[in-house]
Amino acid sequence: MFSYCSDPETLGSFGWFSCYLTTGVHMSFYLSFIKVLLLLAVTAPVALGVGFWGAMSARSRIIPLSWVGKTYIALVRGVPDIAFFLFFVIALDQAFEWTRHKILCPDWDQPIRQGADFLVCTQAKLPLGSAPQWVHESYGFSLAVITFAIVFGAFAANVLYGAMRAVPREQIETAEAYGMTHAQAFWRILVPQMWVYALPGLSNLWMVLIKATPLLFLLGIEDIVYWARELGGTKTPKFTSYPHGDWRMWYFLFLLVFYLAFTRVSEVVLERLMGRLTHGQATSGGEAQRKAAV
Amino acid sequence: MSCWQTIQDYGLRSIGIGERLLPKENFTLCEHFTLIGSGMIWNVYFGALALFTGFFFATALAVAKGSDNRWLRKPAEWFIFLFRGSPLFIQFFFAYFLFLNLKGVIPFFSPFTAAWLGALIVLFCNTAAYTAEIFYGALRSIPKGDTDAADAYGMSGWPRFRRIVWPTMLRLAWPAYTNEAIFLFHATTLVYFSSFPAWRQKGDALYYANYFADKTFNPFIPYPILAMYFIMVTLLIVALFGVINKRLNRHLPVERRVRMRFRLNLMR
Repeated sequence: MFSYCSDPETLGSFGWFSCYLTTGVHMSFYLSFIKVLLLLAVTAPVALGVGFWGAMSARSRIIPLSWVGKTYIALVRGVPDIAFFLFFVIALDQAFEWTRHKILCPDWDQPIRQGADFLVCTQAKLPLGSAPQWVHESYGFSLAVITFAIVFGAFAANVLYGAMRAVPREQIETAEAYGMTHAQAFWRILVPQMWVYALPGLSNLWMVLIKATPLLFLLGIEDIVYWARELGGTKTPKFTSYPHGDWRMWYFLFLLVFYLAFTRVSEVVLERLMGRLTHGQATSGGEAQRKAAV
Repeated sequence: MSCWQTIQDYGLRSIGIGERLLPKENFTLCEHFTLIGSGMIWNVYFGALALFTGFFFATALAVAKGSDNRWLRKPAEWFIFLFRGSPLFIQFFFAYFLFLNLKGVIPFFSPFTAAWLGALIVLFCNTAAYTAEIFYGALRSIPKGDTDAADAYGMSGWPRFRRIVWPTMLRLAWPAYTNEAIFLFHATTLVYFSSFPAWRQKGDALYYANYFADKTFNPFIPYPILAMYFIMVTLLIVALFGVINKRLNRHLPVERRVRMRFRLNLMR
């Protein structure tokens, strides 16, 4: 990056590091941090939306729908998350390709599953074989987002389901006394009130989501774990002008510190947010604030 | 080949007994069930051992965190923050490379780079930190009346802790601790997906499930089998911990007992 980097062998240790840490591959490493943050920013609202639908269907009055919701919540939480990640990446990909295959190539006569192969016609491939590199990458990324949303949607559904039940029954009764329909009472009374009850669970979920981001690595995304392994491995002078031994330990130490700092910052922010939201609420937290102010 | 033959060949494959080569093609359902089930041995090994050893360390950590002495409190707080604040996945990676480097300097550390010891240590520290936080919360919510009664009997120090504080702490913490146990078992699946190598293809349940999914490109058989095994283990833990919960609460009138509530919204 810097002009004096053309011959790294002449540099002192400080200069050497300033060059080493600004090489092109290191830039990709830093970019992958953005990738992780982007994943968090996209997944959190999507998962919340999925969770909302899950909670709504779980408390639905239509029995089969409520079974679907409850099974979804119970199933995702009863199985190790990593198994879901590994499962969904292949399953979603195959589901998409299978659907496209049925629509785009109706006159295909061979079976799709031939022993260990999964064969669809060329037009149904996702992404198309001729697509540029960035399409492949963003396809992989969106698969990851959907997987995260499905898994975390179940956790969020559970939190929201609990929060909906925590809203005092009298509130709904009052709404019914005013002649509101079931849907009106839900949207006008229940939904605005449930967030205070949901926030502790949701902030816990956010922490969990942060800590689940290294699993991106398992989904085949070139994320921070991937780059830490790549960059940290032993480099010989033959292939690079920055040879070094096995530094993976230090790279992962850096990731560890990154996550600790991220967790700490989130904790502080969420604590403040909770303080804001409980202000003036008729909960034990709000009561404690009132007492402290006196 | 009959299914009984398969069970004999691969039933203990994950610990290196039986057929050396894994099946290569034309996988039968029986092979799926047997190999993934055989991998469960490792999940149970990691889960049970980490849970058992972690329990004692967690008690010590919780007491240290609740202590008035700075020199005890601060290290405990830091330890808990370190292991609860970072992803288990990264902890595994870091620990593996740390042990690898140490092995280069001191040969004593060579067994630590194997999963059976290295990963166990990470899981032990991790579960101890999570459990300590649960126990610490329980310690702080011990009813004042209980400790007052202990004082009235003239108890102090070790007898007071052993006979009053500790049982009450366990009783209050038990439902949350049950969840922790379930999640620890789920977390054991991460071991062979972080850097710890599965030596001679001796892996855990997920390792074999992933092996089948990679070979057949069909995730719809191995992963549901894995899920079934894990749901079975989860139910077993719930039953086992339920019995202990009953015993911890046996002196209380029914309505004051701590109910088991399963709030499975944790992950590492």
